[in-house]
Amino acid sequence: MIKQEKVMQTIDTLTIDYQHYLTAAEIAAIEHEASIMETREAAGIEALKVVQEHRGWVSDESLFAISDLLAVPTAQLEGVATFYNLIYRQPVGQYVIHLCDSIACHLTGLDGVLAAIKQHLNIDYGQTTKDGKFTLLSNACLGSCDKAPVMMIGREHYQHLTPESAVEILLQLAAHGEADE
Amino acid sequence: MSEQINNNDLKPLTQWVNLQQPLAFDDYCQAGGYQGAKIALLQHQPNEVLEIVKNSGLKGRGGAGFPTGMKWSFVPMFAEGDEDAPDNKYLVANADEMEPGTFKDRLLLEGAPHQLVEAMIIAAYTIGANKAYIFLRGEYHLAAKRLQQAIGEAYQNHWLGGNIQASKFCLDLYVHTSAGRYICGEETALINALEGKRANPRAKPPFPQVSGLFGKPTIVNNVETLCNLPHILKNGIEWFQGIAPNSDAGSKIYGACGRVKNPGLWELPMGATLREVLYQHAGGMQDGLQFRGLLPGGASTDFLVAEHLDTPMDYDSIAKVGSRLGTGGLIVLDDKNCPVAMVLNLLRFFAQESCGWCTPCRDGTPWAVEVLARIEHGQGKKEDLDTLEKLCDFMWIGKTYCALAPGAVEPLRSALKYFHDDFLQHIEHGCCHYDPASIAKRTKIAQSHIQHNNAANSSMAGQ
Repeated sequence: MIKQEKVMQTIDTLTIDYQHYLTAAEIAAIEHEASIMETREAAGIEALKVVQEHRGWVSDESLFAISDLLAVPTAQLEGVATFYNLIYRQPVGQYVIHLCDSIACHLTGLDGVLAAIKQHLNIDYGQTTKDGKFTLLSNACLGSCDKAPVMMIGREHYQHLTPESAVEILLQLAAHGEADE
Repeated sequence: MSEQINNNDLKPLTQWVNLQQPLAFDDYCQAGGYQGAKIALLQHQPNEVLEIVKNSGLKGRGGAGFPTGMKWSFVPMFAEGDEDAPDNKYLVANADEMEPGTFKDRLLLEGAPHQLVEAMIIAAYTIGANKAYIFLRGEYHLAAKRLQQAIGEAYQNHWLGGNIQASKFCLDLYVHTSAGRYICGEETALINALEGKRANPRAKPPFPQVSGLFGKPTIVNNVETLCNLPHILKNGIEWFQGIAPNSDAGSKIYGACGRVKNPGLWELPMGATLREVLYQHAGGMQDGLQFRGLLPGGASTDFLVAEHLDTPMDYDSIAKVGSRLGTGGLIVLDDKNCPVAMVLNLLRFFAQESCGWCTPCRDGTPWAVEVLARIEHGQGKKEDLDTLEKLCDFMWIGKTYCALAPGAVEPLRSALKYFHDDFLQHIEHGCCHYDPASIAKRTKIAQSHIQHNNAANSSMAGQ
């Protein structure tokens, strides 16, 4: 009981001073977004995307800092961050694979492509490879239904996938990533 | 006259589309661009433009088919200097194209970004909005780049900003790229997303036309709907109605996907038949496949089957045969794909994309997925079909906050009707008869039962 009381006393609301945490470039980008909206709160989604663009994902610290910058309650911002599927609240790999699992892709051979990717990377949806290169996610529809099956990695859309071509793309990206290092 | 009709006149929306390299400002003007906006701004009062759009018969191309002019007419208009006037009104282009089987707006966004900018100038002028947003889905990176480019050019050439073309009208236009989720396509959810909130739909009334973005009068229009405006202003109402003499006015971008020979998009006069789109343009089914059915306008429309193929694809005709025109993108089912698996995929989509705001949708869609998965995997019972029928009722219009759950009901209830035998076979045979692995597994289990029974019988005989 005593121990618990002690813990209660030390709990405090965590705030992170955005000026010490966010870079000047991040702050400038977020302020630009805030300037074209009527309220600072409305720039919340863009702010999350800005930070994610720079850091790969949105950590707790990033969330607190944005909350401080835009004067939006942290809980509200967390509600927003966890709602949208293109905001990552967990670390992700260097390449995030958005495999389209819409009906058009289902009808044209998604199952085989998915099985090949899973087997090649040895991960399931929502997981990241051990080397930190790839994260596999599903996407509701990528809007290339006439070129199905499709996937998006970064800003690139890959169309007319087959199990073989999907694995080939992943091999190329992995090799490319190594060349970068 | 008829021999003089230029092919472009019948395909106004796509005549300026170039996916490789969209027309830059000067080329767009040379091709006839910004003439519609010029006519609207310099020759007409906003109420006159409203009348033109109303009389043109243009209906919303995003799925609901609501008359565009009527929607605009709900926006309160104020005389200059009126104290009751709100400090702003908003126009939003709904470019959150995420309906499975729909990819028409992407063509317009990537192929002719200036057309949308021009259209938004006309729409904003009509409703008196000085700020406009393009709500673009986050995955359309190329469209975002090209729209930004076009907007920049429009500012440079005084088509955006203050005192456009020396008129009194001012407009600022911004691109907002979304962070995902299908529900953002629902107009009140979209408004919440633009305000930086979770994209839950809002209660209506008040309708956005009166109280929308930041509590101000707001019009949300689909991209394809908006893109008609420059052409209506430029060529007139009679021309627009003449494109589709037997049907709703104007042209429509139809599409087809699934295992057809030539999936794609085609701009045709409104009211082309399903057969025309499926066989003449999409080339019919791929070799070795037979046609089973189709969803006429995206995932959230009812299945139609062979007997409906001569139906014109306009709002009323498709409604008469029990479905909706929706977005006009056909999703075609062949005879080698399982209808139960197809509906399961669709319901998984709706369950995943439900925003969770109202109970019938949040709990109903995953429940339907559970039951459908059971049937597809050969563990269904006959009572499951009753459960699905009941769920279709629980999730129907009037019981939910928005149209997402009723949209999920449409393919489900129609599949239960048209593919009833498939559902029954899954239940009776305990496997999916489209999946060789499932049949093999079922046969193996059945054989081991026989062997087991034979062994039991012989041992009993031995006793």
